[in-house]
Amino acid sequence: MGGNTRSAGAGEITRDRRTGLGGSRVRSGNKLRSKIRSLIDGAATGMAVLSTVLVVAPLVIIFVYLIYRGASSVNLDFFTQIPKPEGEAGGGMANAILGSAILLGVASAIGVPIGIGGGIFLAEFGRGTKLANAVRFTADVLNGVPSIVMGVAIYGLIVKTHSPFLPFSGHFSAFSGGAALGIMMIPTVCRTTEEMLRMVPHAVREAALALGVSNWRSVLSITVKTASPGIITGCMLAFARVAGETAPLLFTALGNAFWSSSLDRPIAALPLQIYIYALSPYDDQHRLAWAGALVLIVLIVLAVSLVRYVTSRGVLKGAS
Amino acid sequence: MVLCALSIFAIVALIASELVTGSKLTWTKFGFDFFYKAFVDPDTKQLNYWDPVNGQFSALPFLYGTLISSFLALLMAVPLAIGVAVFLTEMCPRWLRGPLAFVTELLAAIPSVIYGLWAVFVLVPLMREHVNPLLIHMLGWTGLFSDDNPTGLGFLTSAVILAIMILPIISSLTREVMTAVPHSQREAVLALGATRWEMIRMGVLRNARIGIVGGIILGLGRALGETMAVTMVIGNSTDIQHSLLANGNTMASVIANQYAEASNDLHLSALTEIGLALFIVTIIVNALAQVLVWAVTRGAPAQAR
Repeated sequence: MGGNTRSAGAGEITRDRRTGLGGSRVRSGNKLRSKIRSLIDGAATGMAVLSTVLVVAPLVIIFVYLIYRGASSVNLDFFTQIPKPEGEAGGGMANAILGSAILLGVASAIGVPIGIGGGIFLAEFGRGTKLANAVRFTADVLNGVPSIVMGVAIYGLIVKTHSPFLPFSGHFSAFSGGAALGIMMIPTVCRTTEEMLRMVPHAVREAALALGVSNWRSVLSITVKTASPGIITGCMLAFARVAGETAPLLFTALGNAFWSSSLDRPIAALPLQIYIYALSPYDDQHRLAWAGALVLIVLIVLAVSLVRYVTSRGVLKGAS
Repeated sequence: MVLCALSIFAIVALIASELVTGSKLTWTKFGFDFFYKAFVDPDTKQLNYWDPVNGQFSALPFLYGTLISSFLALLMAVPLAIGVAVFLTEMCPRWLRGPLAFVTELLAAIPSVIYGLWAVFVLVPLMREHVNPLLIHMLGWTGLFSDDNPTGLGFLTSAVILAIMILPIISSLTREVMTAVPHSQREAVLALGATRWEMIRMGVLRNARIGIVGGIILGLGRALGETMAVTMVIGNSTDIQHSLLANGNTMASVIANQYAEASNDLHLSALTEIGLALFIVTIIVNALAQVLVWAVTRGAPAQAR
């Protein structure tokens, strides 16, 4: 579709046809109508452009403000110091960065293998079956379940129950926070893995099968290998998504003002700390919150750009 | 592999069972009254909804808050989102399409807590100093904008931030279903002498409308469950006030605010039951949206009627 498709040419045709029937009144009426129509066309175009501007504007404002406030607050202390007592200047978020790393490690250990396994099933072994369709549907629905609900469920499952079979259960712990994030990763990883696998051309599979390789072998060492850059970036996208999640951590990982690396104890996390500091009355803590937000957003922008870069080239071109 | 796939079902079942067992206490005590009844406070003799000290709970203010803020957010986001989608698919020069799509994608990837942070320091003062006084001045007579809340927090502020957050979801889905409309439809309408806008309206939007509704419902699902940004700007009150500028609470924000500090088992159970209600509602909303979007992008393109 291109070019200028304003009413001029089209209006001409109707006018010509009508002039044979009516007189000059019809002609001027048609002229008016086509004028109104092209006016409405222009107005609609204007509205579409305006709404695009209105949508892009907040993003630009948020980014500029974030960089402006964040860049002036990020320094070496931010990465090496733990928070100072309230009201005291200085301090950093080193413990929150470590905490986020640990939480995301646990989350990835749970979410990535299960998610990739599910994705392989959906794209390769179960393709077209009723079961696969049901799983795909459930995964998409699960993706839309609010993260706070996940937090409540994990609270009931791990934090509140004292079970000898569940590790680290019975109290707030880093493990419970990581588990909540990990479960949230599963549907995302599962669906992106599936999409990436679907991008692999059939010829590649057929070539492997023609050489007499068994089906599972061809899937694992040919299809998955071909799609692996896509799968890895898909995992990174899920990783970036949960890296910013706060709600499920509020009553699982809970937060911690001191160094902690134990899975068995409450632990600090970057988004959690941003939340707490944003609502505090101290300017120094506001500064730290902005710095933390900047670090988080850089991580996320990197992941999203990487996904775009990988999916816009090579065999996987066209995915996502 | 099958096991991994089946784990998705297991997760949903696990969440449901945890929420049901966790909310048993309030369910046996209040039953369905929990969702629509207020009670009379024994001390002040006034209607009350949420009283952890005396063990009386009603989810009504939070249902109200969730509905109001999501509805306002949709009201603001839907026209903009459709406008963006129309611009990106039908009007945008090719070189601008990629970057703009990337920007909307990025908007979806920003964590909720960063939107909240920005809202607290930029949006709230803006609403407090400029927007709210203007609304009170011009529309105060409707009764929807009363001037008894000088903080700048409240339903309207959270609806604005919600609108910004759900915009990318609605617009990217709308874009998807609009691209799924076959080119022959556009060409047919153009051949009949339509202007570009008439082509978009009759040839594209009309054929994609089911999918667009699906996208809007998906956006609604996000708005209902959005937690952190809303919690930070909605003002956290457990009353029902009719002003759109009043403080309030949504289902998600009351859980975020009170769960870790719940004073007793009944309080915890009431919050869990709100979580259960949120879970069920979002599942229904998302399933509906998914079905609608699939109906357009999967099988045959929508029939023109």
